[in-house]
Amino acid sequence: MAAPMPALLGKSAVFEAMPDNAAVKALADLATDAKFDRNELTITVARESVVAACQTVKTAGYNFFEDLTAVDWYPQEPRIQLSYHIVSHSLKERVRLAVRLDSADLAIDSITPVWPSANFYEREVFDLFGVTFHGHPRLTRIMMPENWEGHPLRKDYPVEGYR
Amino acid sequence: MAPIAAPDMITPGIEDVVANAKLQGNAGTGDHTMVLNMGPQHPSTHGVLRLVLEIDGEAIVALAPDIGYLHTGIEKTCEAKFYSQVIPLTDRIDYLCPMTNNLAYCLAVEKLLELEIPERAQILRVLLNELTRIQSHLVWLGTHAMDIGALTMFLYCWREREEILRIYEAVSGQRMMTSYFRIGGLALEPPIGFFESVQHLLDIMPGRIDQYEGLLTGNPIWIGRLQGVGTLSAADAVALGVTGPPLRASGVDWDLRRDMPYSSYEKFKFAVPTSTVGDVWARYTVRLLEMRESVKICQQAMDMLKNLPATGHIHADAPKVVLPDREQMKTQMESLIHHFKIVTEGFAVPAGEVYQAVESPRGEMGYYVVSDGTAKPYRVHMRNPSFATLQALETMCKGRLLADVVAVIGSIDIVLGEIDR
Repeated sequence: MAAPMPALLGKSAVFEAMPDNAAVKALADLATDAKFDRNELTITVARESVVAACQTVKTAGYNFFEDLTAVDWYPQEPRIQLSYHIVSHSLKERVRLAVRLDSADLAIDSITPVWPSANFYEREVFDLFGVTFHGHPRLTRIMMPENWEGHPLRKDYPVEGYR
Repeated sequence: MAPIAAPDMITPGIEDVVANAKLQGNAGTGDHTMVLNMGPQHPSTHGVLRLVLEIDGEAIVALAPDIGYLHTGIEKTCEAKFYSQVIPLTDRIDYLCPMTNNLAYCLAVEKLLELEIPERAQILRVLLNELTRIQSHLVWLGTHAMDIGALTMFLYCWREREEILRIYEAVSGQRMMTSYFRIGGLALEPPIGFFESVQHLLDIMPGRIDQYEGLLTGNPIWIGRLQGVGTLSAADAVALGVTGPPLRASGVDWDLRRDMPYSSYEKFKFAVPTSTVGDVWARYTVRLLEMRESVKICQQAMDMLKNLPATGHIHADAPKVVLPDREQMKTQMESLIHHFKIVTEGFAVPAGEVYQAVESPRGEMGYYVVSDGTAKPYRVHMRNPSFATLQALETMCKGRLLADVVAVIGSIDIVLGEIDR
Protein backbone atom coordinates (compact mmCIF):
# COMPACT_ATOMS: atom_id res chain seq x y z
CA MET A 1 0.00 0.00 0.00
CA ALA A 2 1.39 3.37 -0.99
CA ALA A 3 1.72 5.97 1.75
CA PRO A 4 -1.53 7.93 1.60
CA MET A 5 -1.59 11.66 1.05
CA PRO A 6 -2.56 13.70 4.10
CA ALA A 7 -6.28 14.40 4.31
CA LEU A 8 -7.55 17.59 2.74
CA LEU A 9 -10.69 19.06 4.21
CA GLY A 10 -12.86 21.80 2.76
CA LYS A 11 -13.67 22.85 -0.77
CA SER A 12 -10.88 25.39 -1.17
CA ALA A 13 -8.17 23.03 0.16
CA VAL A 14 -9.16 20.20 -2.18
CA PHE A 15 -9.76 22.40 -5.21
CA GLU A 16 -6.39 24.12 -4.80
CA ALA A 17 -4.44 20.92 -4.22
CA MET A 18 -5.99 18.89 -7.08
CA PRO A 19 -6.75 21.32 -9.91
CA ASP A 20 -6.09 18.64 -12.55
CA ASN A 21 -8.62 16.13 -11.26
CA ALA A 22 -11.44 15.71 -13.79
CA ALA A 23 -14.21 15.66 -11.19
CA VAL A 24 -12.79 18.70 -9.39
CA LYS A 25 -12.63 20.60 -12.66
CA ALA A 26 -16.15 19.64 -13.66
CA LEU A 27 -17.82 20.38 -10.35
CA ALA A 28 -16.18 23.75 -9.60
CA ASP A 29 -19.55 25.50 -9.59
CA LEU A 30 -21.77 22.80 -8.12
CA ALA A 31 -19.64 21.66 -5.18
CA THR A 32 -20.52 23.00 -1.74
CA ASP A 33 -17.88 21.07 0.18
CA ALA A 34 -15.10 18.61 -0.59
CA LYS A 35 -12.83 16.15 1.14
CA PHE A 36 -9.81 14.13 0.09
CA ASP A 37 -9.21 11.49 2.70
CA ARG A 38 -7.38 8.13 2.48
CA ASN A 39 -6.88 8.66 -1.25
CA GLU A 40 -10.62 9.01 -1.84
CA LEU A 41 -12.27 12.11 -3.20
CA THR A 42 -15.65 13.15 -1.81
CA ILE A 43 -17.51 16.11 -3.25
CA THR A 44 -20.64 17.37 -1.53
CA VAL A 45 -23.33 18.92 -3.67
CA ALA A 46 -26.64 20.56 -2.82
CA ARG A 47 -29.80 18.49 -2.98
CA GLU A 48 -31.22 20.46 -5.90
CA SER A 49 -28.16 19.97 -8.07
CA VAL A 50 -27.67 16.21 -7.76
CA VAL A 51 -28.91 15.36 -11.26
CA ALA A 52 -26.89 18.22 -12.75
CA ALA A 53 -23.80 17.06 -10.84
CA CYS A 54 -24.23 13.47 -12.06
CA GLN A 55 -24.68 14.67 -15.62
CA THR A 56 -21.59 16.86 -15.31
CA VAL A 57 -19.30 14.13 -13.98
CA LYS A 58 -20.67 11.74 -16.59
CA THR A 59 -19.68 14.20 -19.30
CA ALA A 60 -16.28 14.58 -17.62
CA GLY A 61 -15.58 10.86 -18.15
CA TYR A 62 -16.98 9.22 -15.03
CA ASN A 63 -19.08 6.84 -17.07
CA PHE A 64 -20.00 4.05 -14.65
CA PHE A 65 -22.41 4.34 -11.74
CA GLU A 66 -21.30 1.86 -9.09
CA ASP A 67 -23.23 2.37 -5.93
CA LEU A 68 -25.72 4.49 -4.05
CA THR A 69 -26.36 4.15 -0.37
CA ALA A 70 -27.24 6.24 2.63
CA VAL A 71 -25.84 6.88 6.10
CA ASP A 72 -28.14 7.91 8.91
CA TRP A 73 -26.46 10.49 11.19
CA TYR A 74 -29.38 10.59 13.66
CA PRO A 75 -29.80 12.67 15.83
CA GLN A 76 -27.62 15.15 13.90
CA GLU A 77 -29.12 17.37 11.23
CA PRO A 78 -28.97 17.18 8.24
CA ARG A 79 -29.78 13.62 9.06
CA ILE A 80 -29.37 11.41 5.98
CA GLN A 81 -26.23 11.39 3.87
CA LEU A 82 -26.53 9.90 0.40
CA SER A 83 -23.26 8.59 -1.10
CA TYR A 84 -23.05 8.08 -4.85
CA HIS A 85 -19.97 6.19 -6.04
CA ILE A 86 -19.04 6.76 -9.65
CA VAL A 87 -16.01 5.36 -11.45
CA SER A 88 -14.37 6.30 -14.69
CA HIS A 89 -13.25 3.44 -16.94
CA SER A 90 -10.93 5.70 -18.93
CA LEU A 91 -9.38 7.70 -16.05
CA LYS A 92 -9.37 4.73 -13.64
CA GLU A 93 -10.52 7.04 -10.89
CA ARG A 94 -13.46 7.08 -8.55
CA VAL A 95 -15.43 9.99 -7.13
CA ARG A 96 -17.95 10.00 -4.32
CA LEU A 97 -20.77 12.52 -4.49
CA ALA A 98 -22.36 13.21 -1.14
CA VAL A 99 -25.69 14.89 -0.45
CA ARG A 100 -27.11 15.68 2.98
CA LEU A 101 -30.86 15.68 3.56
CA ASP A 102 -32.80 17.20 6.46
CA SER A 103 -35.19 14.88 8.23
CA ALA A 104 -38.01 17.37 7.64
CA ASP A 105 -37.98 16.64 3.91
CA LEU A 106 -36.33 13.37 2.95
CA ALA A 107 -36.66 13.66 -0.79
CA ILE A 108 -34.34 14.11 -3.75
CA ASP A 109 -34.50 13.88 -7.52
CA SER A 110 -33.92 10.47 -9.07
CA ILE A 111 -30.78 10.01 -11.17
CA THR A 112 -32.29 7.18 -13.24
CA PRO A 113 -32.47 9.48 -16.30
CA VAL A 114 -28.66 9.73 -16.16
CA TRP A 115 -27.91 6.12 -15.16
CA PRO A 116 -30.72 3.53 -15.42
CA SER A 117 -28.61 1.35 -13.12
CA ALA A 118 -29.59 3.59 -10.18
CA ASN A 119 -33.07 2.05 -10.34
CA PHE A 120 -32.62 -0.77 -7.79
CA TYR A 121 -30.27 1.30 -5.62
CA GLU A 122 -32.80 4.09 -5.21
CA ARG A 123 -35.49 1.55 -4.41
CA GLU A 124 -33.22 0.05 -1.77
CA VAL A 125 -32.53 3.43 -0.13
CA PHE A 126 -36.26 4.22 -0.26
CA ASP A 127 -37.04 0.88 1.37
CA LEU A 128 -34.41 0.84 4.09
CA PHE A 129 -34.05 4.59 4.85
CA GLY A 130 -37.33 6.13 3.70
CA VAL A 131 -35.88 8.64 1.23
CA THR A 132 -38.22 9.55 -1.63
CA PHE A 133 -36.76 9.85 -5.14
CA HIS A 134 -38.76 12.17 -7.37
CA GLY A 135 -39.04 10.99 -10.94
CA HIS A 136 -38.19 7.36 -10.22
CA PRO A 137 -40.16 5.11 -12.60
CA ARG A 138 -41.44 2.79 -9.88
CA LEU A 139 -40.48 3.52 -6.34
CA THR A 140 -41.57 0.49 -4.31
CA ARG A 141 -39.98 -1.51 -1.53
CA ILE A 142 -37.41 -3.98 -2.78
CA MET A 143 -36.07 -5.94 0.22
CA MET A 144 -38.84 -5.73 2.80
CA PRO A 145 -42.46 -6.85 2.25
CA GLU A 146 -44.80 -4.26 0.78
CA ASN A 147 -46.75 -3.85 4.03
CA TRP A 148 -43.70 -3.42 6.27
CA GLU A 149 -43.72 -0.53 8.71
CA GLY A 150 -40.59 1.52 9.29
CA HIS A 151 -37.21 1.71 7.61
CA PRO A 152 -34.81 -0.86 9.12
CA LEU A 153 -31.48 0.81 8.46
CA ARG A 154 -32.35 4.02 10.27
CA LYS A 155 -30.48 4.42 13.52
CA ASP A 156 -33.67 4.80 15.58
CA TYR A 157 -34.90 1.40 14.36
CA PRO A 158 -33.90 -1.32 16.86
CA VAL A 159 -31.54 -4.05 15.66
CA GLU A 160 -33.99 -6.78 16.65
CA GLY A 161 -36.93 -4.94 15.05
CA TYR A 162 -39.99 -3.61 16.87
CA ARG A 163 -41.53 -6.13 19.27
CA MET B 1 -48.44 -4.33 -27.55
CA ALA B 2 -48.89 -1.38 -25.24
CA PRO B 3 -45.61 -0.01 -23.91
CA ILE B 4 -44.72 -0.38 -20.26
CA ALA B 5 -45.02 2.86 -18.32
CA ALA B 6 -41.33 2.89 -17.46
CA PRO B 7 -38.64 3.79 -20.02
CA ASP B 8 -37.29 0.92 -22.04
CA MET B 9 -34.11 0.25 -20.09
CA ILE B 10 -35.69 0.33 -16.66
CA THR B 11 -36.74 -2.99 -15.19
CA PRO B 12 -40.47 -2.66 -14.49
CA GLY B 13 -42.20 -3.45 -11.22
CA ILE B 14 -44.46 -6.48 -10.80
CA GLU B 15 -47.56 -4.27 -10.84
CA ASP B 16 -46.54 -2.81 -14.21
CA VAL B 17 -46.18 -6.26 -15.72
CA VAL B 18 -49.49 -7.49 -14.36
CA ALA B 19 -51.34 -4.30 -15.31
CA ASN B 20 -49.98 -4.40 -18.83
CA ALA B 21 -50.94 -8.04 -19.26
CA LYS B 22 -54.46 -7.33 -18.00
CA LEU B 23 -54.74 -4.54 -20.50
CA GLN B 24 -53.63 -6.83 -23.31
CA GLY B 25 -55.88 -9.65 -22.15
CA ASN B 26 -58.99 -7.51 -22.09
CA ALA B 27 -58.30 -5.57 -25.25
CA GLY B 28 -59.66 -8.31 -27.47
CA THR B 29 -57.15 -7.59 -30.20
CA GLY B 30 -56.14 -11.20 -30.52
CA ASP B 31 -52.79 -10.18 -29.13
CA HIS B 32 -53.35 -11.78 -25.74
CA THR B 33 -50.54 -12.03 -23.27
CA MET B 34 -50.47 -13.85 -19.96
CA VAL B 35 -48.59 -13.55 -16.70
CA LEU B 36 -46.43 -16.42 -15.56
CA ASN B 37 -44.89 -16.70 -12.15
CA MET B 38 -41.44 -18.33 -12.01
CA GLY B 39 -39.97 -19.11 -8.62
CA PRO B 40 -39.17 -18.33 -5.87
CA GLN B 41 -38.72 -22.09 -5.53
CA HIS B 42 -37.41 -23.03 -8.94
CA PRO B 43 -34.24 -25.03 -9.60
CA SER B 44 -33.00 -22.75 -12.36
CA THR B 45 -33.24 -19.51 -10.38
CA HIS B 46 -30.19 -20.52 -8.29
CA GLY B 47 -31.78 -19.63 -5.00
CA VAL B 48 -34.97 -17.82 -4.20
CA LEU B 49 -35.43 -15.45 -7.10
CA ARG B 50 -38.99 -14.85 -8.20
CA LEU B 51 -39.67 -13.63 -11.70
CA VAL B 52 -43.00 -12.33 -12.91
CA LEU B 53 -43.07 -12.77 -16.67
CA GLU B 54 -45.50 -11.44 -19.19
CA ILE B 55 -45.49 -13.80 -22.14
CA ASP B 56 -46.99 -13.68 -25.58
CA GLY B 57 -47.12 -17.32 -26.56
CA GLU B 58 -43.63 -18.32 -25.52
CA ALA B 59 -41.98 -14.96 -26.11
CA ILE B 60 -41.10 -12.66 -23.21
CA VAL B 61 -42.85 -9.29 -23.34
CA ALA B 62 -41.84 -8.01 -19.92
CA LEU B 63 -40.10 -9.37 -16.88
CA ALA B 64 -39.96 -8.16 -13.29
CA PRO B 65 -37.71 -9.73 -10.66
CA ASP B 66 -38.98 -9.94 -7.11
CA ILE B 67 -36.16 -10.18 -4.57
CA GLY B 68 -35.79 -9.94 -0.83
CA TYR B 69 -36.62 -13.53 0.14
CA LEU B 70 -33.15 -13.93 1.65
CA HIS B 71 -32.95 -10.49 3.23
CA THR B 72 -31.44 -11.00 6.65
CA GLY B 73 -30.39 -7.44 7.43
CA ILE B 74 -26.66 -8.14 7.43
CA GLU B 75 -25.89 -4.43 7.01
CA LYS B 76 -27.89 -3.65 10.15
CA THR B 77 -26.28 -6.51 12.07
CA CYS B 78 -22.81 -5.19 11.20
CA GLU B 79 -23.56 -1.97 13.07
CA ALA B 80 -23.96 -3.93 16.31
CA LYS B 81 -20.69 -5.90 16.01
CA PHE B 82 -17.03 -5.08 16.58
CA TYR B 83 -15.04 -4.61 13.40
CA SER B 84 -13.49 -8.07 13.65
CA GLN B 85 -16.85 -9.74 14.34
CA VAL B 86 -18.16 -8.56 10.97
CA ILE B 87 -15.83 -10.92 9.04
CA PRO B 88 -17.97 -14.08 9.56
CA LEU B 89 -21.01 -12.13 8.34
CA THR B 90 -19.27 -11.21 5.10
CA ASP B 91 -18.81 -14.91 4.19
CA ARG B 92 -22.53 -15.39 4.25
CA ILE B 93 -23.31 -12.66 1.73
CA ASP B 94 -21.89 -14.41 -1.29
CA TYR B 95 -21.49 -17.97 -0.12
CA LEU B 96 -19.70 -19.05 -3.31
CA CYS B 97 -16.77 -16.69 -2.83
CA PRO B 98 -16.21 -16.28 0.92
CA MET B 99 -12.55 -15.31 0.56
CA THR B 100 -13.36 -12.45 -1.84
CA ASN B 101 -15.87 -11.02 0.63
CA ASN B 102 -13.38 -11.33 3.47
CA LEU B 103 -10.76 -9.58 1.38
CA ALA B 104 -12.96 -6.66 0.36
CA TYR B 105 -14.07 -6.00 3.92
CA CYS B 106 -10.59 -6.38 5.41
CA LEU B 107 -9.09 -4.07 2.78
CA ALA B 108 -11.72 -1.43 3.53
CA VAL B 109 -11.07 -1.49 7.28
CA GLU B 110 -7.32 -1.60 6.71
CA LYS B 111 -7.68 1.50 4.57
CA LEU B 112 -9.49 3.23 7.43
CA LEU B 113 -6.76 2.15 9.85
CA GLU B 114 -4.01 2.89 7.29
CA LEU B 115 -2.34 -0.44 8.01
CA GLU B 116 0.59 -1.80 6.04
CA ILE B 117 0.08 -5.49 5.15
CA PRO B 118 3.19 -7.68 4.75
CA GLU B 119 3.92 -8.95 1.27
CA ARG B 120 3.58 -12.60 2.19
CA ALA B 121 0.05 -12.06 3.52
CA GLN B 122 -0.91 -10.07 0.44
CA ILE B 123 0.27 -12.79 -1.92
CA LEU B 124 -1.41 -15.53 0.11
CA ARG B 125 -4.59 -13.49 -0.12
CA VAL B 126 -4.25 -13.29 -3.91
CA LEU B 127 -3.61 -17.04 -4.12
CA LEU B 128 -6.69 -17.86 -2.06
CA ASN B 129 -8.78 -15.36 -3.99
CA GLU B 130 -7.90 -16.89 -7.31
CA LEU B 131 -8.67 -20.37 -5.97
CA THR B 132 -12.00 -18.92 -4.91
CA ARG B 133 -12.56 -17.62 -8.42
CA ILE B 134 -11.90 -21.06 -9.89
CA GLN B 135 -14.18 -22.65 -7.31
CA SER B 136 -16.98 -20.17 -7.94
CA HIS B 137 -16.70 -20.54 -11.71
CA LEU B 138 -16.88 -24.32 -11.29
CA VAL B 139 -20.18 -23.96 -9.46
CA TRP B 140 -21.38 -21.61 -12.19
CA LEU B 141 -20.34 -24.00 -14.97
CA GLY B 142 -21.83 -27.06 -13.30
CA THR B 143 -25.19 -25.47 -12.52
CA HIS B 144 -25.40 -23.54 -15.79
CA ALA B 145 -24.77 -26.71 -17.80
CA MET B 146 -27.26 -28.60 -15.67
CA ASP B 147 -29.91 -25.95 -16.35
CA ILE B 148 -29.35 -26.43 -20.06
CA GLY B 149 -29.56 -30.20 -19.66
CA ALA B 150 -25.92 -31.32 -19.58
CA LEU B 151 -26.19 -33.18 -16.29
CA THR B 152 -22.77 -34.81 -16.41
CA MET B 153 -20.94 -31.49 -16.24
CA PHE B 154 -22.23 -30.91 -12.76
CA LEU B 155 -20.45 -34.00 -11.45
CA TYR B 156 -17.16 -33.18 -13.16
CA CYS B 157 -17.20 -29.63 -11.81
CA TRP B 158 -17.98 -30.82 -8.30
CA ARG B 159 -15.02 -33.20 -8.48
CA GLU B 160 -12.55 -30.30 -8.82
CA ARG B 161 -14.51 -28.04 -6.50
CA GLU B 162 -14.15 -30.69 -3.82
CA GLU B 163 -10.36 -30.39 -4.07
CA ILE B 164 -10.57 -26.64 -3.51
CA LEU B 165 -12.98 -27.07 -0.61
CA ARG B 166 -10.48 -29.49 0.96
CA ILE B 167 -7.81 -26.80 0.65
CA TYR B 168 -10.22 -24.35 2.29
CA GLU B 169 -10.83 -26.80 5.09
CA ALA B 170 -7.13 -27.39 5.63
CA VAL B 171 -6.37 -23.70 5.76
CA SER B 172 -9.32 -22.39 7.76
CA GLY B 173 -11.15 -25.36 9.27
CA GLN B 174 -14.24 -24.64 7.21
CA ARG B 175 -15.29 -25.81 3.77
CA MET B 176 -17.48 -22.86 2.89
CA MET B 177 -17.72 -20.10 5.49
CA THR B 178 -13.98 -19.73 5.80
CA SER B 179 -13.54 -16.39 7.66
CA TYR B 180 -9.82 -16.92 7.21
CA PHE B 181 -8.75 -13.34 6.56
CA ARG B 182 -8.29 -10.96 9.46
CA ILE B 183 -8.05 -7.20 9.66
CA GLY B 184 -4.30 -6.79 9.35
CA GLY B 185 -3.47 -10.11 7.71
CA LEU B 186 -4.49 -13.75 7.95
CA ALA B 187 -5.76 -15.85 10.83
CA LEU B 188 -3.01 -18.48 10.79
CA GLU B 189 0.01 -19.64 8.89
CA PRO B 190 -1.12 -22.10 6.15
CA PRO B 191 -0.82 -25.71 7.41
CA ILE B 192 1.77 -28.33 6.45
CA GLY B 193 0.95 -29.80 3.06
CA PHE B 194 -0.98 -26.72 1.93
CA PHE B 195 1.39 -25.76 -0.87
CA GLU B 196 1.64 -29.35 -2.11
CA SER B 197 -2.14 -29.69 -2.40
CA VAL B 198 -2.45 -26.33 -4.17
CA GLN B 199 0.34 -27.33 -6.56
CA HIS B 200 -1.42 -30.63 -7.28
CA LEU B 201 -4.61 -28.75 -8.12
CA LEU B 202 -2.79 -26.28 -10.36
CA ASP B 203 -1.14 -29.19 -12.20
CA ILE B 204 -4.38 -30.99 -12.98
CA MET B 205 -6.62 -27.96 -13.55
CA PRO B 206 -5.66 -26.99 -17.15
CA GLY B 207 -6.31 -30.56 -18.28
CA ARG B 208 -9.65 -30.59 -16.48
CA ILE B 209 -10.71 -27.33 -18.16
CA ASP B 210 -9.83 -29.02 -21.49
CA GLN B 211 -12.18 -31.83 -20.47
CA TYR B 212 -15.04 -29.39 -19.83
CA GLU B 213 -14.41 -27.75 -23.15
CA GLY B 214 -14.33 -31.16 -24.81
CA LEU B 215 -17.75 -31.92 -23.40
CA LEU B 216 -19.39 -28.60 -24.11
CA THR B 217 -17.69 -26.33 -26.63
CA GLY B 218 -18.36 -28.42 -29.72
CA ASN B 219 -21.69 -29.80 -28.58
CA PRO B 220 -24.45 -28.76 -31.04
CA ILE B 221 -27.13 -28.59 -28.32
CA TRP B 222 -24.90 -26.42 -26.14
CA ILE B 223 -24.11 -24.14 -29.10
CA GLY B 224 -27.76 -23.93 -30.09
CA ARG B 225 -28.90 -22.98 -26.61
CA LEU B 226 -26.14 -20.42 -25.99
CA GLN B 227 -25.18 -18.65 -29.19
CA GLY B 228 -27.16 -15.51 -29.98
CA VAL B 229 -29.15 -15.77 -26.75
CA GLY B 230 -29.44 -12.92 -24.24
CA THR B 231 -27.37 -10.40 -26.16
CA LEU B 232 -26.32 -7.29 -24.27
CA SER B 233 -24.55 -4.41 -25.96
CA ALA B 234 -21.58 -2.66 -24.35
CA ALA B 235 -23.53 0.60 -23.94
CA ASP B 236 -26.46 -1.17 -22.28
CA ALA B 237 -24.14 -3.12 -20.00
CA VAL B 238 -22.50 0.08 -18.75
CA ALA B 239 -25.83 1.90 -18.41
CA LEU B 240 -27.35 -0.95 -16.42
CA GLY B 241 -24.46 -1.36 -14.00
CA VAL B 242 -23.27 -4.77 -15.23
CA THR B 243 -19.80 -5.74 -14.00
CA GLY B 244 -17.46 -8.70 -14.17
CA PRO B 245 -17.54 -11.43 -16.85
CA PRO B 246 -20.89 -10.28 -18.36
CA LEU B 247 -19.44 -6.78 -18.86
CA ARG B 248 -16.25 -8.11 -20.42
CA ALA B 249 -18.27 -10.48 -22.62
CA SER B 250 -20.08 -7.40 -23.94
CA GLY B 251 -16.80 -5.85 -25.01
CA VAL B 252 -15.89 -3.51 -22.15
CA ASP B 253 -12.30 -4.17 -21.16
CA TRP B 254 -12.52 -3.45 -17.44
CA ASP B 255 -11.10 -5.57 -14.63
CA LEU B 256 -10.47 -4.08 -11.20
CA ARG B 257 -7.56 -6.47 -10.59
CA ARG B 258 -5.68 -4.86 -13.44
CA ASP B 259 -7.17 -1.36 -13.60
CA MET B 260 -7.42 -0.45 -9.92
CA PRO B 261 -5.13 -3.04 -8.32
CA TYR B 262 -5.40 -4.01 -4.66
CA SER B 263 -3.55 -6.48 -2.46
CA SER B 264 -0.48 -6.51 -4.76
CA TYR B 265 -2.30 -7.60 -7.94
CA GLU B 266 -0.06 -5.15 -9.79
CA LYS B 267 2.80 -7.66 -9.37
CA PHE B 268 1.02 -10.34 -11.38
CA LYS B 269 0.92 -10.81 -15.11
CA PHE B 270 -2.37 -12.01 -16.51
CA ALA B 271 -4.63 -11.44 -19.47
CA VAL B 272 -8.17 -10.10 -19.16
CA PRO B 273 -10.33 -12.14 -21.55
CA THR B 274 -12.98 -10.18 -23.40
CA SER B 275 -15.45 -10.77 -26.20
CA THR B 276 -17.51 -8.39 -28.28
CA VAL B 277 -20.51 -10.60 -28.95
CA GLY B 278 -22.25 -10.13 -25.61
CA ASP B 279 -24.40 -13.27 -25.69
CA VAL B 280 -24.58 -16.22 -23.29
CA TRP B 281 -21.93 -18.01 -25.31
CA ALA B 282 -19.52 -15.08 -24.93
CA ARG B 283 -19.99 -15.17 -21.17
CA TYR B 284 -19.24 -18.89 -21.21
CA THR B 285 -16.00 -18.48 -23.16
CA VAL B 286 -14.89 -15.47 -21.07
CA ARG B 287 -15.36 -17.38 -17.83
CA LEU B 288 -13.52 -20.46 -19.07
CA LEU B 289 -10.59 -18.30 -20.16
CA GLU B 290 -10.71 -16.54 -16.80
CA MET B 291 -10.31 -19.88 -15.04
CA ARG B 292 -7.19 -20.57 -17.10
CA GLU B 293 -5.82 -17.12 -16.20
CA SER B 294 -6.58 -17.73 -12.53
CA VAL B 295 -4.50 -20.91 -12.65
CA LYS B 296 -1.61 -18.84 -14.02
CA ILE B 297 -2.00 -16.21 -11.28
CA CYS B 298 -2.01 -18.94 -8.63
CA GLN B 299 1.17 -20.40 -10.11
CA GLN B 300 2.87 -16.98 -10.03
CA ALA B 301 1.76 -16.54 -6.42
CA MET B 302 3.21 -19.95 -5.53
CA ASP B 303 6.52 -19.01 -7.14
CA MET B 304 6.61 -15.66 -5.32
CA LEU B 305 5.90 -17.34 -1.99
CA LYS B 306 8.82 -19.72 -2.51
CA ASN B 307 11.16 -16.73 -2.68
CA LEU B 308 9.86 -15.18 0.54
CA PRO B 309 10.82 -16.27 4.08
CA ALA B 310 8.59 -19.22 4.95
CA THR B 311 7.58 -18.21 8.43
CA GLY B 312 5.95 -15.25 10.08
CA HIS B 313 4.95 -12.07 8.34
CA ILE B 314 1.28 -12.81 7.89
CA HIS B 315 0.18 -9.94 10.14
CA ALA B 316 0.59 -6.21 10.07
CA ASP B 317 2.71 -4.79 12.84
CA ALA B 318 -0.22 -3.40 14.82
CA PRO B 319 -0.49 -5.01 18.27
CA LYS B 320 -3.65 -3.07 19.13
CA VAL B 321 -5.51 -4.43 16.10
CA VAL B 322 -4.09 -7.89 15.37
CA LEU B 323 -4.50 -10.63 17.98
CA PRO B 324 -1.10 -11.72 19.32
CA ASP B 325 0.45 -15.09 18.77
CA ARG B 326 -0.63 -17.72 21.36
CA GLU B 327 2.95 -18.25 22.47
CA GLN B 328 3.53 -14.53 22.99
CA MET B 329 0.23 -14.10 24.77
CA LYS B 330 1.16 -16.73 27.34
CA THR B 331 4.61 -15.38 28.05
CA GLN B 332 4.34 -11.60 27.69
CA MET B 333 2.20 -9.42 29.89
CA GLU B 334 1.77 -6.72 27.26
CA SER B 335 0.50 -9.17 24.64
CA LEU B 336 -1.96 -10.58 27.16
CA ILE B 337 -3.32 -7.08 27.79
CA HIS B 338 -3.67 -6.42 24.05
CA HIS B 339 -5.42 -9.76 23.58
CA PHE B 340 -7.82 -9.04 26.41
CA LYS B 341 -8.63 -5.58 25.13
CA ILE B 342 -9.14 -6.61 21.50
CA VAL B 343 -11.46 -9.46 22.50
CA THR B 344 -13.51 -7.61 25.10
CA GLU B 345 -13.77 -4.09 23.73
CA GLY B 346 -12.56 -4.29 20.13
CA PHE B 347 -10.33 -1.61 18.68
CA ALA B 348 -11.25 1.95 17.78
CA VAL B 349 -11.05 2.85 14.10
CA PRO B 350 -10.40 6.50 13.18
CA ALA B 351 -13.43 8.32 11.85
CA GLY B 352 -13.85 8.45 8.10
CA GLU B 353 -15.47 6.72 5.15
CA VAL B 354 -13.91 4.42 2.57
CA TYR B 355 -15.10 2.46 -0.44
CA GLN B 356 -13.04 -0.55 -1.43
CA ALA B 357 -13.95 -2.50 -4.55
CA VAL B 358 -12.51 -5.86 -5.58
CA GLU B 359 -13.14 -8.04 -8.61
CA SER B 360 -15.24 -10.96 -7.35
CA PRO B 361 -16.03 -13.90 -9.65
CA ARG B 362 -19.31 -12.15 -10.45
CA GLY B 363 -18.03 -8.61 -10.87
CA GLU B 364 -17.39 -5.58 -8.75
CA MET B 365 -17.84 -6.22 -5.06
CA GLY B 366 -17.47 -3.02 -3.08
CA TYR B 367 -17.53 -2.40 0.65
CA TYR B 368 -18.46 1.06 1.88
CA VAL B 369 -17.45 1.35 5.53
CA VAL B 370 -18.15 4.45 7.61
CA SER B 371 -16.52 4.85 11.00
CA ASP B 372 -17.42 7.36 13.69
CA GLY B 373 -14.26 6.64 15.68
CA THR B 374 -15.64 3.86 17.90
CA ALA B 375 -15.00 0.10 17.94
CA LYS B 376 -18.12 -0.73 15.94
CA PRO B 377 -18.69 0.28 12.32
CA TYR B 378 -21.20 3.12 11.98
CA ARG B 379 -22.35 1.81 8.62
CA VAL B 380 -21.31 -1.06 6.37
CA HIS B 381 -22.76 -1.26 2.89
CA MET B 382 -21.99 -3.89 0.29
CA ARG B 383 -22.18 -3.14 -3.40
CA ASN B 384 -22.87 -6.52 -4.88
CA PRO B 385 -22.42 -7.46 -8.51
CA SER B 386 -25.50 -9.69 -8.94
CA PHE B 387 -27.80 -6.98 -7.58
CA ALA B 388 -26.83 -4.61 -10.37
CA THR B 389 -26.57 -7.29 -13.06
CA LEU B 390 -30.13 -8.41 -12.30
CA GLN B 391 -31.30 -5.06 -13.68
CA ALA B 392 -30.05 -6.12 -17.10
CA LEU B 393 -32.06 -9.35 -17.10
CA GLU B 394 -35.09 -7.77 -18.74
CA THR B 395 -33.05 -6.19 -21.53
CA MET B 396 -31.36 -9.54 -22.20
CA CYS B 397 -34.55 -11.63 -22.16
CA LYS B 398 -37.04 -9.38 -23.97
CA GLY B 399 -38.36 -10.94 -27.13
CA ARG B 400 -36.64 -14.26 -26.46
CA LEU B 401 -38.27 -17.56 -25.55
CA LEU B 402 -39.14 -18.61 -22.03
CA ALA B 403 -36.51 -21.35 -22.11
CA ASP B 404 -33.84 -18.74 -22.83
CA VAL B 405 -34.54 -17.03 -19.50
CA VAL B 406 -33.06 -20.09 -17.82
CA ALA B 407 -29.93 -19.87 -19.96
CA VAL B 408 -29.57 -16.12 -19.30
CA ILE B 409 -29.97 -16.45 -15.52
CA GLY B 410 -27.31 -19.15 -15.59
CA SER B 411 -25.00 -16.96 -17.64
CA ILE B 412 -25.06 -14.01 -15.23
CA ASP B 413 -24.11 -16.40 -12.41
CA ILE B 414 -26.57 -15.07 -9.91
CA VAL B 415 -26.19 -15.53 -6.16
CA LEU B 416 -29.26 -14.50 -4.23
CA GLY B 417 -27.46 -14.27 -0.92
CA GLU B 418 -25.53 -11.25 -2.09
CA ILE B 419 -28.53 -9.62 -3.77
CA ASP B 420 -30.70 -9.74 -0.67
CA ARG B 421 -27.99 -9.55 2.01
